[in-house]
Amino acid sequence: MAEKVLMKGNEAIAEAAIMAGCRHYFGYPITPQTEVAAYMAKRMPKIEGGVFLQAESEIAAINMVYGVAATGKRVMTSSSSPGISLKSEGISYIAGCDLPALIVNVQRGGPGLGGIQPSQSDYFQATRGSGHGDYHLIVLAPASVQEMASLTFKAFNLADKYRMPTMILADGTMGQMMEPVSLDMGEVETYEKPWALTGTNMEREHNIVNSLSLVPEELEKFNFERFEKYKAIEENEALCEEFMMEDAEICVAAFGIASRVSKNAVLEARKQGIKVGLIRPITLWPFPKKAFRAAADKVKAFVSVEMSMGQMIEDVKLATECKKPVSLCNRAGGMIPSPDQVLNAIIEANKGGDK
Amino acid sequence: MTFSMQNAKCRISGLRRLLFWVWALPTINSALCTMHFALSITIVWRRFAPAVLENPVNKMNFKRITLFAGHYGSGKTNIAVNYAVKIKDAGIDVCVADLDIVNPYYRAKDSEDELQKRGIKLISSVYANSNVDLPAIPQDMYSIIDNKETFAVMDIGGDDRGALALGRYAPSIIEENDYEMFFVINKFRPLTPDAESTVEVMREVESAGGIKFTAIVNNSNLGEETTAEDVLSSVSYAEEISSLTGLPVKLTTVKSTLFNELSGRIENIMPLNLQHVRKYD
Repeated sequence: MAEKVLMKGNEAIAEAAIMAGCRHYFGYPITPQTEVAAYMAKRMPKIEGGVFLQAESEIAAINMVYGVAATGKRVMTSSSSPGISLKSEGISYIAGCDLPALIVNVQRGGPGLGGIQPSQSDYFQATRGSGHGDYHLIVLAPASVQEMASLTFKAFNLADKYRMPTMILADGTMGQMMEPVSLDMGEVETYEKPWALTGTNMEREHNIVNSLSLVPEELEKFNFERFEKYKAIEENEALCEEFMMEDAEICVAAFGIASRVSKNAVLEARKQGIKVGLIRPITLWPFPKKAFRAAADKVKAFVSVEMSMGQMIEDVKLATECKKPVSLCNRAGGMIPSPDQVLNAIIEANKGGDK
Repeated sequence: MTFSMQNAKCRISGLRRLLFWVWALPTINSALCTMHFALSITIVWRRFAPAVLENPVNKMNFKRITLFAGHYGSGKTNIAVNYAVKIKDAGIDVCVADLDIVNPYYRAKDSEDELQKRGIKLISSVYANSNVDLPAIPQDMYSIIDNKETFAVMDIGGDDRGALALGRYAPSIIEENDYEMFFVINKFRPLTPDAESTVEVMREVESAGGIKFTAIVNNSNLGEETTAEDVLSSVSYAEEISSLTGLPVKLTTVKSTLFNELSGRIENIMPLNLQHVRKYD
């Protein structure tokens, strides 16, 4: 077993990315994710081939990511909510060119400039593609500093496997908190990249990386093909953690830091004799529909705990086909729900279900 | 008193009231005189006694200003807050100054209530723990530098970029020469796993802050998961840094639950009783 180290969530992302073979980081500082860039600035110059570049803006940074991704090298950028809005045009281009890259969003309160405290209100932005056009990102939502590392490592593998951008959707708390981490990440998966722009040496046809299609029929075909790929991902890559769901009559849905608060509330409600469990989506896209669909046949109600005005609740309703009532327990604008607030929501849901 | 005077049954006769005041007035007068005398002595003492060496309660030999600096995330804030409590417990008035211009969350501000309860003032930027990220220095920082009667613990932000905030105060602190500057180390942080890399950070902090460290605090820990073995395994790391730099390891700080197990096995061990509690776990 590898020896553990004490890390901030943001540092864990950076170190895991380096371990996954990422040698190109482009970013622009923004609280509460700045430690990703600060760590990269310290580490990259000490690694062979390592590049850290602070761009002049988020837009410049994502376009640098676009360029490196086209060469088939592992590359990433990170930001927080307003910065991801700026990057979204570039993310759409990367998706439109079927390029692998990692984008990290350490969310803060919004909309607008908002504030620097933690939030989960970019759920829609992340799971619905963020930029223009028909596309998805694989979105992973860590709930511990350990997962900040392991899901970052995984995100690079998934990006290469499916030739598409992936996103780590964390929040300010996850980025700033310190926890012990084992950096035993396993094997780096390597994939052939015959499409990459690596120079022909006059020995092969040149590759073209481009998202512009002159012929509408062709662009339609690319969209259909891409969505065939998305279907396979929804089938194979959805991940969630189920906690005390075996005999649950109430199901709490929560991801990231909200799931940790919820876990405490579930344990407290169990002490009071309420049969309650938790489903924690680890992939937000693809959403773990199967787990929720199965739960809908067993439980009498769902409670969606979110640090937003209620965004994931729509996916819970879609996945469960509205078979059971879904209530919202939320805080917004940078506030974290308390275990008591979640406990009360569980108690209310339990009463409502008895009617 | 007011209540019983109004009560008819307890009304005192004129003569008894006179006798009472004949007794009471000189007593009150003498008490006031004593208090006034004590107060003057205190004022005179405070004004003319050098703050540290001749302070009768300062048996621990605390310096007037104690600074905590070092690598990002090594535990400076937590130690600074606990060290201030230690000074206060020794009977010395002390305040904590939050000079962290790097961290947006988890700041000395989180412990403000606990400090206030113990009569320790926190000097911190109005923007600390707010929704804006302004790396501001608290406006009343100079009161610590200028007012030689106050003891202060200063919490400096991590790494060289955090230590930059210290630069403008360093010349005054060095000139007064009544300070101790602790270098906080944690061997479980990924960028300072060995003595060499840790000393490199130390030199960066010193050059950014314009002031030299005087001692080392070994705060090697893995958060909640820290075991006594983890702490014991860090002793040689701390000693190596000590021999490379010539600075003494003046304290080893541990979470309070490990204190009993480790006291006697490591010299100068200090429990971190005051811990910031996370609301979500």
